[in-house]
Amino acid sequence: MNIKLLGAIVIALATLLFNPAWAKDAPAVDRTATGGAQTLEDIMARQQKLKVDDTFRSGNLGDPANAAAITEQLGTRGGVSDSDVWRGIRYNESDIKTQARGPAADVLIQDGGMRWYQLRKGPIITYGGGALLGTILLLVVFYFVRGKIMIDGGPSGTKIERFKAIERFGHWLLAGSFVALGLTGLITLMGRSFLIPVIGPDAFSALAVGSKWLHNNVAWAFMLGLVMTFCMWVAHNIPNKLDWQWLRAGGGIFTKSHPSSKKFNAGQKIIFWTVMILGVSVSLSGLSLLFPFEMPMFAGTFGVVNSILGTDFPTVLTPHEEMQYANIWHSIVAFTMMVAIIAHIYIGSVGMEGAFDAMSDGEVDLEWARQHHDLWVAEVEAKQGKGDST
Amino acid sequence: MKVMAAAFVAALIIAFCAPVVLNQFGWSSAEQGSSPTSVRLD
Repeated sequence: MNIKLLGAIVIALATLLFNPAWAKDAPAVDRTATGGAQTLEDIMARQQKLKVDDTFRSGNLGDPANAAAITEQLGTRGGVSDSDVWRGIRYNESDIKTQARGPAADVLIQDGGMRWYQLRKGPIITYGGGALLGTILLLVVFYFVRGKIMIDGGPSGTKIERFKAIERFGHWLLAGSFVALGLTGLITLMGRSFLIPVIGPDAFSALAVGSKWLHNNVAWAFMLGLVMTFCMWVAHNIPNKLDWQWLRAGGGIFTKSHPSSKKFNAGQKIIFWTVMILGVSVSLSGLSLLFPFEMPMFAGTFGVVNSILGTDFPTVLTPHEEMQYANIWHSIVAFTMMVAIIAHIYIGSVGMEGAFDAMSDGEVDLEWARQHHDLWVAEVEAKQGKGDST
Repeated sequence: MKVMAAAFVAALIIAFCAPVVLNQFGWSSAEQGSSPTSVRLD
């Protein structure tokens, strides 16, 4: 089988692991023998990860109209048993009064939290961490197989301005804050599993508090960098026919050729749009987490997705569930970005001779520029010929 | 490299200023401690 097709199938199947909405429905159960209460079949279905319709429990909250008279046994309970009361609390159907105020104060039990907790400490860490390590390993292998991409014929010694100071500032604002966010995010997500056994709970506590502070606050620099780079580079990143030719040539990485490109080639455009789209998404979910319960966005998003794709995502979510979805989505998007950025860092540093110069001092070797961005060099030289600056 | 260093310093300055600025709007979720008007119970 084509290995690309196999890879696509594996990825598609892996997404199902994160999607309980597509779980298979449990077969209908006859509950007459239990008087409507749950049966062994219900319990077994849940254990088999089948989707069980819980309305027989969430709607079974007792009936005050059928309450025993006050003079009879249990008459003071008002027709509601302990089980009825707890079911009401569990399914958020009871009229809860609390002294604490806030959007989530009257949610006393939120059992969906266990699914979030299991997902966060299990598949998210396993697949996310695996993706990061796998990417690094692939790049190491690629480096030893392909080697560093050198300037054919060596550098010319003549420099050409590639990025202005404001462009580099925006790039490094975004990059620096992203690295800080990535590291502190990994500490927050994985610290309990990997750091506490090594450095102990006391040292981790200080590290976790510091990480949380930096993560919460440097996020604003990331968002500013995102806006700056979008405004400065979006015009150069509109896809065109040339990109298709560049992609068909594999960017010349394997053929050691140099397909034509303007200021940004197709590979850079993919990174640009990946960072922009996922950057906005991770920012929105991050804002939702930064201001707990004040920016719920998943119920509405699920409603739109359901209307378009015909899926069955829940459109009524408790405040906690909104936060849990935001947390999981934030992690998935962040890991995807980290994978893309690790590849970007590789090709922009050790993977290609002369590439880092573009972002370090803003000037690149003219021969490097001609080999990787020939049409851009021609544009710049044409402008300079007319007396314009770059 | 100076621009890179300047951007990193700017990111830190933004991080330090963010809680102060947010507090002006009454958004103090990033604040770590308690105050007489905002008591953290956790």
